[in-house]
Amino acid sequence: MKHSTFFWFVFPSVLLMIAFIALPIVSVVTQSLYSKHEQVIIVVENCGPFGCTQSTTVDQAATEALRAEEPLGKWAGLDIYKDRNHLAVNEVASAWVNSDGLPDFGRTLMNLPFYSAMAFTLTYTAVVTPLTIILGFFIAIAVNSVARRLRGPTIFFSLLPMIVTPLVGSLILFWMVDARGILGTGLQWLTNDPSLSVKASTPLMWAMLMVYGVWHSAPFAFIVYYAGLQTVNTDTLEAAMIDGASRWERIRYVVIPHLVPLTTFIALIQLMDNFRVFEPIVSFAAAAHATSLSYAIFNDLGGETRLLSSAAATSVLTIIFVAILLSPVLVRTWRDFGTQK
Amino acid sequence: MTIMKNLTLGTAFAALGATSALAGGHACAEGRVSIVGNEFPAIQSVAAAALECAGDTAEANLTADHQKINVAGMTGNPAEYTTAIVANSSIVALINEDVIRSLDDLVAEHGADIPQQQLITVDGKVMAVAFMANAQHLVYREDVLEQIGADVPTSYEDVLAAAQQIREAGIMEHPVGGAYAAGWNLAQEFTNMYIGTGGEFFKPGTAEVSINNEKGVEALEMMKALSEYMNPDFLTHDSNATSAEWEAGNVALMNMWGSRTGVLMDDEGSAPEVYENTKVSGPLTVGDSGVPATTLWWDGWTVAKNISDEDAVATFKAMKAGSSPDILNDETMSQAVWLMEGFQPQEVNEGVLASVAAGSAPYPMVPFQGLLHTALGDNIADYLQGNESAEQTLADIEAAYTAAARENGFLQ
Repeated sequence: MKHSTFFWFVFPSVLLMIAFIALPIVSVVTQSLYSKHEQVIIVVENCGPFGCTQSTTVDQAATEALRAEEPLGKWAGLDIYKDRNHLAVNEVASAWVNSDGLPDFGRTLMNLPFYSAMAFTLTYTAVVTPLTIILGFFIAIAVNSVARRLRGPTIFFSLLPMIVTPLVGSLILFWMVDARGILGTGLQWLTNDPSLSVKASTPLMWAMLMVYGVWHSAPFAFIVYYAGLQTVNTDTLEAAMIDGASRWERIRYVVIPHLVPLTTFIALIQLMDNFRVFEPIVSFAAAAHATSLSYAIFNDLGGETRLLSSAAATSVLTIIFVAILLSPVLVRTWRDFGTQK
Repeated sequence: MTIMKNLTLGTAFAALGATSALAGGHACAEGRVSIVGNEFPAIQSVAAAALECAGDTAEANLTADHQKINVAGMTGNPAEYTTAIVANSSIVALINEDVIRSLDDLVAEHGADIPQQQLITVDGKVMAVAFMANAQHLVYREDVLEQIGADVPTSYEDVLAAAQQIREAGIMEHPVGGAYAAGWNLAQEFTNMYIGTGGEFFKPGTAEVSINNEKGVEALEMMKALSEYMNPDFLTHDSNATSAEWEAGNVALMNMWGSRTGVLMDDEGSAPEVYENTKVSGPLTVGDSGVPATTLWWDGWTVAKNISDEDAVATFKAMKAGSSPDILNDETMSQAVWLMEGFQPQEVNEGVLASVAAGSAPYPMVPFQGLLHTALGDNIADYLQGNESAEQTLADIEAAYTAAARENGFLQ
């Protein structure tokens, strides 16, 4: 392809990517480096239907000049990244010096919002991603061996968890695991513990969020693997059969090597998705037990006073961590690309 | 043909507009009126009456997510929303961002007949007009209390004693309810309890938080003691889920919003045994401070700053019509504790009125209270789950608040 043809071919995509991906990221990074101006607080008398009270308010006239001069806010540099609600640099440093052994340091770390959110996010990603891939693979193998007439409906039902909106899907599960719901009561019966409640226990809540995560994203892995299965070389499979390979041996030595490149792709997408876990935490009302970086951003923006810079800083940290998490997979893809040449 | 159709439609609409204006009986000024506000029956009544007055170009966006959009919707020039219906907590964000105007001139010119008690003033300037009051107070099951032979509780200590008796009598395993969902609700319960102990949230005149004290510990300990008698899932129960527990007949005592008691006392969603015995009472106290452990709330309307004077006048007149005594009728009377003249209290309103009469404190209208509320909602669950001490939780709340207040320019 000629260079000019190539340029005009990709130009619209590049333009859209700059407008909708690059510029917003630049704006978020900028926002995270500024904080609000000093606000002048004055004591005033507020009156209403319940009488008058002495209270405080912001002196708008005093801050207006500052705002007009520097509309972006006060330059904060990396202060917001380093404060207690984010990387908590000072708190971690003093905990390292003062803590009584590693377990004590760990407890202090888990008491800081950013690190407890990271703990859940990373555990979730590390557990859900491989389970999704394994489960998706076995569903694909199973569906592929179903009689041809029944395949259409089977595929549709296998895809349902992904079709259902995450909020709705997790709400349904949330009601089912209620102490009076079918799954919650079932668990109480199984463990013979009538006071068992999934929603009241942190480990069970984590487990439920992860079960939901696998349930929700397994169809994605399934459909990718299913597409891959249609391209497995039937000659090789038949040759293996003639050689006396069992069904498992055929899967192990013919099918799996064929599907490995797809696994890289699924892992890439799932790592990104799982690191941004958000909806189930909202619909399971799980904030008391588990938070994630995305939930922290939502929380910053949902309060009566919005914390824009704080939310921006958490967003930038999310981008950085996704990049770190994906780097092994990306390096691998890059190397594969190189050897193909 | 299309033109003909448009013409006929246009005439039809004009006629409709004319009749509705006539029906309302108001002569409203010309201008743009656009309302944003929360969604519950009382606000729907107000918005409907305001729209009727303002004509067919006016619009209302009533949603539970109103406070996520009202600042953004009023920051532009001209502002998308000409008025926001707010409460004493959410007006603060609008004042902090300087997006609502003082109503002094409009009140002088067009609202001289609005009673003084409905005017919300900040530093002497009218910033909002309130139309209803709300508060949390005790809701109890009369039959259950009769069974154990207990009087109606007036303090949280009484609630604990009654709960103990109900559990021992085998009537209910988890007799206490409460909106203790981690986040806003849990923070609100702490706010009530801390005010009830006589505590102050900030050092006077500053944005420096001061809740890590004996009173903070007392408030947390009472919340934990209550939670022992709650459904183990209490950290996921918001007001809706708590109401559902009540209607299912699983709860006998709870602190609940006045605006939600109507639903509990009507004959929908619960058995006669439950709704016939659902009664309301005044606010509860904690310890011996004598201050009720609840907060008073008002709902009222504001006028945007970034709109033309003409639109501001139209908005003011429309909202005044929407919250005038004329909207009170058999249907709307029980929707809220209205502040307008002509309001006749209904049985469901008794709790809120008792809270007002008991001299409860209004929810603090302080610029940084929202930041503290968020910090409270994020951290209290750790203590209630037994992960850490009350002092540690209070220290965490103070630290989280301080970082957020520094970012917002309230602290240096």
